[in-house]
Amino acid sequence: MNKASPNWLNFLSISFLVLWLVLACVPFLWTFWGSFKVQADFFSKQDWQNAIFGIRTLVETGSSFTTDGYEGAWIQEGFWKAALNTAIVTLSVVAISLTLGTLGGYALARSGFRYAFWILIAALIFRAMPHITLVSGYLLPFFELGLWGHLSTTIIVLVAINQPFTLWMLHSFFLSIPKDLDESAMVDGCTRFQAFRHVIIPVMWPGVITTGLFSFLLAYNDFAITALLLTEENQTMVPKIASFLGSTQEQGNVMFAVAAVVSATAPLFVLVMFFQRQIVSGLTAGAVKG
Amino acid sequence: MPHHTFFKFIWPSALTMLVFIALPIISITIQSFYIDHEQVLVTVENCGPFGCKEVTKVDVEATRALSEQKPLGKFNGFGTYTNRNHLAFSHISEAWNAAPNLGYFIGEVLNLPFYKALSFTLTYTFIVTPCVIILGFCIALCVNRLPSIFKGPTIFVSLLPMIITPLIGSLVLFWMIDAEGIIGSFLKIIFDDPSLSLKASPTLTWIMLIVYGIWHHAPFAFVVFYAGLQTVPKDTLESAMIDGASKWEQTRYVVVPHLMPLVVFISLIQLMDNFRVFEPIVGFNAQASATSLSWLIYNDFRSGDGAMLFGSAAATSILTIIGVSILLTPIIVRTWQSSKPAVRG
Repeated sequence: MNKASPNWLNFLSISFLVLWLVLACVPFLWTFWGSFKVQADFFSKQDWQNAIFGIRTLVETGSSFTTDGYEGAWIQEGFWKAALNTAIVTLSVVAISLTLGTLGGYALARSGFRYAFWILIAALIFRAMPHITLVSGYLLPFFELGLWGHLSTTIIVLVAINQPFTLWMLHSFFLSIPKDLDESAMVDGCTRFQAFRHVIIPVMWPGVITTGLFSFLLAYNDFAITALLLTEENQTMVPKIASFLGSTQEQGNVMFAVAAVVSATAPLFVLVMFFQRQIVSGLTAGAVKG
Repeated sequence: MPHHTFFKFIWPSALTMLVFIALPIISITIQSFYIDHEQVLVTVENCGPFGCKEVTKVDVEATRALSEQKPLGKFNGFGTYTNRNHLAFSHISEAWNAAPNLGYFIGEVLNLPFYKALSFTLTYTFIVTPCVIILGFCIALCVNRLPSIFKGPTIFVSLLPMIITPLIGSLVLFWMIDAEGIIGSFLKIIFDDPSLSLKASPTLTWIMLIVYGIWHHAPFAFVVFYAGLQTVPKDTLESAMIDGASKWEQTRYVVVPHLMPLVVFISLIQLMDNFRVFEPIVGFNAQASATSLSWLIYNDFRSGDGAMLFGSAAATSILTIIGVSILLTPIIVRTWQSSKPAVRG
């Protein structure tokens, strides 16, 4: 702690931070804990402490922890299928958008012509389009062409929507790789593509991993596109959770949704835990250079 | 790089953007001028034991044939834009003529679906954006003062609200503020009002959505500011300290000016993201008291009888895009002017 500053300032800053941290993580801890209880405890009419100690859960299931919610969601309601779809969609989106993005971002960083700048500005404008306005443009043509409802259609749409951001980020990353590196390879007789292949690809992974994380988050977190472009059996996790909510009247169904929500959050936690440094540096790169 | 090499590298990326971002914008422009076919009516003579009657029926076959032949529907010009669900000019002028006072007129206008959504979208955008910047800045200042062993875990926890799926994040909070959830029951005890429900009151719903928005976006501003704080020139800070500047004065006159470009960047991204607010409304089930432009479009595809109102959704989309452009023009023009010399290289 900063020795030069007065005690009250230290105290104020620590208590503000503690308050923020509580606000940031308690909702998750609470929901995680509550997902192992029955609905009567999670939404307790009598006493909020029931949600912690699971009084009704003990009465209804014979133990103060129950995995009924998870069983109901994953097996009975087929959430595993949605999880599988999410895995397919996010992995494909990340792989394809990184491939297109590295090629495009590299070209933009090395072009030196004025039109590269205009492409970046166009990408920025595309970035500003609310996703759902684009979806309303897709629906009718997709119905007419018979493309609606397939996972592959959704993947390519998400890749496209991801491109503006990917291009910006990788463009600023490639700018930070010295030009001399690939230009000297070209002096030695490589073509531009060979220089990219043998000189740039080996050193580009830090930037690509960071960009890939954000592509992953975009594809994983999307609701507007997946909810409107996929058929019911092709649904990914997020629209599936939304459809659980439609049927909340029946007793127990809310707990299915709670369990599904916790399940869908887990990969994100793991992601932040392992890639915290890359996420921070990625947001920074966008800010400092973008 | 020669033009043809540049083109070889960029075409896959450019093609996806053209086909799936630029073309849809053209597609919604066209769709917005069309409206669903009216049902084809036929008049048939129904003869029974008590004489003949003329009956008008819907010709299902002919209606379907027509919509298969012309899927866009029939041309409607600006009709969709001016109807009650969009700009509603005639309803506004009616309300203006009938209104005894300004308050009544505003109330009437805000009852129209488009203006109701617009008012929430703008309120949300213009409250959440500055709050996110201020809160993010405060968190960044505090984290920057921590000893380094605490920094990692603090940043980890602080990132959580940002990376969470918006729909899931809003659901988590929604369950907590439910009348029987933990926050909901605490509020009942604090205000000593057993019937208190955040969901029932429009004002409280708006506040709830805005608080959610700030919670969700603050980490983004925090991380950007925190990174910016690492680059504040130490010399300037030290000379300010030697000149007798207090902590507050150092922050105000050294740190804040240094971070100003980041404020522009964060506002740009936040204005884009907040203007498209959508998932929280679905998650909080708040459509009765708060709707947004994006939600209106979604709702056109989810209307009860399964019919999708393409024309209506397209018109709202165009109006939304116009809104985004108006909102972002000042910032983009500013960025463009300031970045002009830098791009030549």
